[in-house]
Amino acid sequence: MDLSVLTLSRFQFALTIMFHYLFPPLSIGLGGILVIMEAMYLKTGRLEYEAMTKFWTKIFAVNFAMGVASGIVMEFEFGTNWATYSRFVGDVFGSALAAEGIFAFFLESGFLAVLIFGWDRVSVRTHFFSTCMVAVGAFFSSIWIVIANSWQQTPAGFHIVGQGLGARAEITDFRAMVFNPSSIHRLAHTVIGAYILAAFFVMSITAYYILKGRHMNFAKKSFTIGLIVATVASLAEPISGDLQGRTVAQTQPAKLAAMEAVFRTGEGPTPLYLFGQPDPSEQQVKYGVAIPGLLSYLAYGDAHKPVAGLDRVPQRDWPPVAVTFHAFHIMVWLGALFVVLTLVGTYFRWRGTIFEKRWLLWMFVLAVPLPYAANQFGWMTAEVGRQPWVVYGLLRTSDALSKAVAANQVLGSIIMFIVIYALLFVVWVFVLDSKIKHGPDEVGAVPAAAVRGGVLGIAGLRAGTGGASLTETDKAKKKG
Amino acid sequence: MNLNVLWFILLGLLLTGYAILDGFDLGVGILHLAVKNDCDRRILMNSIGPLWDGNEVWLVTFGGALFAAFPIVYATVFSGFYTAFMVLLFALIFRAVSMEFRSKHDSASWRSFWDVSFCLASGLATLLFGVAVGNAMRGMPIGPDMEYHGAFLDLLHPYALLVGLFAVATFAMHGSIYLYLKTEGDLQRRIHEWMWRTFGIFLVFYLFTTIYTLVDIPAATANFRLHPAAWGVVGLNVLAIANIPRAIHQQRPGYAFFSSCATIAALTFLFGVALFPDLVHSTLNPDWSLTVYNAASSHKTLSIMATIAALGMPFVLAYTSVVYWVFRGKVQLGTLSY
Repeated sequence: MDLSVLTLSRFQFALTIMFHYLFPPLSIGLGGILVIMEAMYLKTGRLEYEAMTKFWTKIFAVNFAMGVASGIVMEFEFGTNWATYSRFVGDVFGSALAAEGIFAFFLESGFLAVLIFGWDRVSVRTHFFSTCMVAVGAFFSSIWIVIANSWQQTPAGFHIVGQGLGARAEITDFRAMVFNPSSIHRLAHTVIGAYILAAFFVMSITAYYILKGRHMNFAKKSFTIGLIVATVASLAEPISGDLQGRTVAQTQPAKLAAMEAVFRTGEGPTPLYLFGQPDPSEQQVKYGVAIPGLLSYLAYGDAHKPVAGLDRVPQRDWPPVAVTFHAFHIMVWLGALFVVLTLVGTYFRWRGTIFEKRWLLWMFVLAVPLPYAANQFGWMTAEVGRQPWVVYGLLRTSDALSKAVAANQVLGSIIMFIVIYALLFVVWVFVLDSKIKHGPDEVGAVPAAAVRGGVLGIAGLRAGTGGASLTETDKAKKKG
Repeated sequence: MNLNVLWFILLGLLLTGYAILDGFDLGVGILHLAVKNDCDRRILMNSIGPLWDGNEVWLVTFGGALFAAFPIVYATVFSGFYTAFMVLLFALIFRAVSMEFRSKHDSASWRSFWDVSFCLASGLATLLFGVAVGNAMRGMPIGPDMEYHGAFLDLLHPYALLVGLFAVATFAMHGSIYLYLKTEGDLQRRIHEWMWRTFGIFLVFYLFTTIYTLVDIPAATANFRLHPAAWGVVGLNVLAIANIPRAIHQQRPGYAFFSSCATIAALTFLFGVALFPDLVHSTLNPDWSLTVYNAASSHKTLSIMATIAALGMPFVLAYTSVVYWVFRGKVQLGTLSY
């Protein structure tokens, strides 16, 4: 097995970024959904919307904490594992990262405190304002980090100073750097993807409640909000993807060729594969089924113009074709599935019969891993398709490493991350599961614990959620 | 003053903000196991509950700003101290999730696991910050290629370890004064004891660290010979420290906390004076040091970032103040608490 610093560092980066990216999409999307829910509470004044907002806030909080904890790793890792890269891009990338800190992270974390802990301390309107600010903060943070990533894909607004491995990019035009050719489309695609994920997340949990006959009123309302968001976002995503595809065709032709395994530039129209198995050694796609001319049309708006193939690029500059191809195709198929699923859901919701369609509800319950997969595969397409470059056309991934780091150090940290992340993942699922089992507080109903535990139970319920009983025993002991 | 110096100062301010704010919540973490029952532990955790996350953002922003303003320092230090940074990440992750998960499940062993992990992670993170400062004061083996040429164990020099323990003592004292402000009744009476004890320990480490620095760390005191006015800050630092027991004795905990903040600010200021104009002293050859000039981003980037900071920081300070105002007063456990 190849245990070079390069392989290990790439593996570690993939591991930590994929783990990290389990959390931000839900924070971005659920932040927006919380704004909708709390706005409905403000508008109608009905307590069920308050209970709804509070329930989803708790889920949001757990998810956000995981995102912060795994996010700090990313910020450190640029310097620890990719020092040459950091020196090369610091002038450009660093300012985006610093802007993210100053504009986004402070906003999110400050108002998150009010969102989670401030219900009893501020007015309803101030609380709503805080919810909006958290959602805006999550959005801002996606802006800056996507800009930084997009610059790596399609560098603009810079010049190179120095030579060889001492070379570095310096900003010449901040606006051109921010609005580099791929940032806007990538941002739209990322944020819409986040909303799809969050909406499916909401629908999954609430469809489960409906199937079990629990929290019916809450679940049906939350489900409907999720369904509307999911439908709009799922329909918008292919449009955004199409725009992004055209940009890739212009700016990163090798990536597009790998996404569709176009090994040779043909004479006439280039087909779009529905599926297939690319074989780089024989330079062909096996078992493939394709739509003639569609790739030419999607890439250039002209069904007859041949798409530039990998033969136009030296082989040492090829991205891994099979991984890029499959990641892209799985993402697209999942996207298509979301369109079908949400349209079917919307149809039955409009007919008013969806909550009796148990098979459909089960599909929504079980569908939740799919948008997670779609988000991951989308980024995999973007990042693997950019290889062998870390900064497209300027800096190779293999040159970007830290020179002061040895393989055994990286191996050690990989083991550490695997252990921590496995533990965290289990704990996260466990906590999420107990939140879901607990469900939202019933509006107007007598709390179950009050019946069981009498007065102490009610006091316990007020004193803290899960923590009540232990606290109470302590107090009771002291009194006794 | 040029932009390179400005960014050195701004990074210093971010570091000071971080040390003061996250300092007290790390301190609360260090003291966490000193209370035994579940209710008191929840009070400790919830005293920082809404605030710690925002406090840690100062560190994240410091990291981002260092990356942007002095990318070479960021790259050299982070890759050179690879293992130390991985251990720091380990501590920060555990600290964050310990707080998040501890009270989410009702079982004594679950809670004691996260309690211990919260305390150890807080202590370890603080120790590593101190070790980092200690190493920065001593200087590091930086070669002509601007890379670190040393091993992990070189970082654990006695001086660096001493500064690490000094940091733990400082934050424990800072945290105990903060806790005194946020608690009441019997718990507060016990914390009153802690303030005295942690102050005593802090004072011992302060004296040791000062003497060691004056005797054995010439790089750290060079600027004081050039600019004797900097001794004035040392004087202010001593006054701030002396004010802590005075304020505790006078039953003015708010004033004591203010003095403790001033102490930390003075210490980070002295750290800045000791470094300037270097960010990393090279122990191999002074000419190889990473300075605010040879390790900086372009003038254009520094000025863009200065604009970003000028636009953003007033908002940051405004809503940080709002959040602290919203969560003022004694800790009350409620349905929303950790």
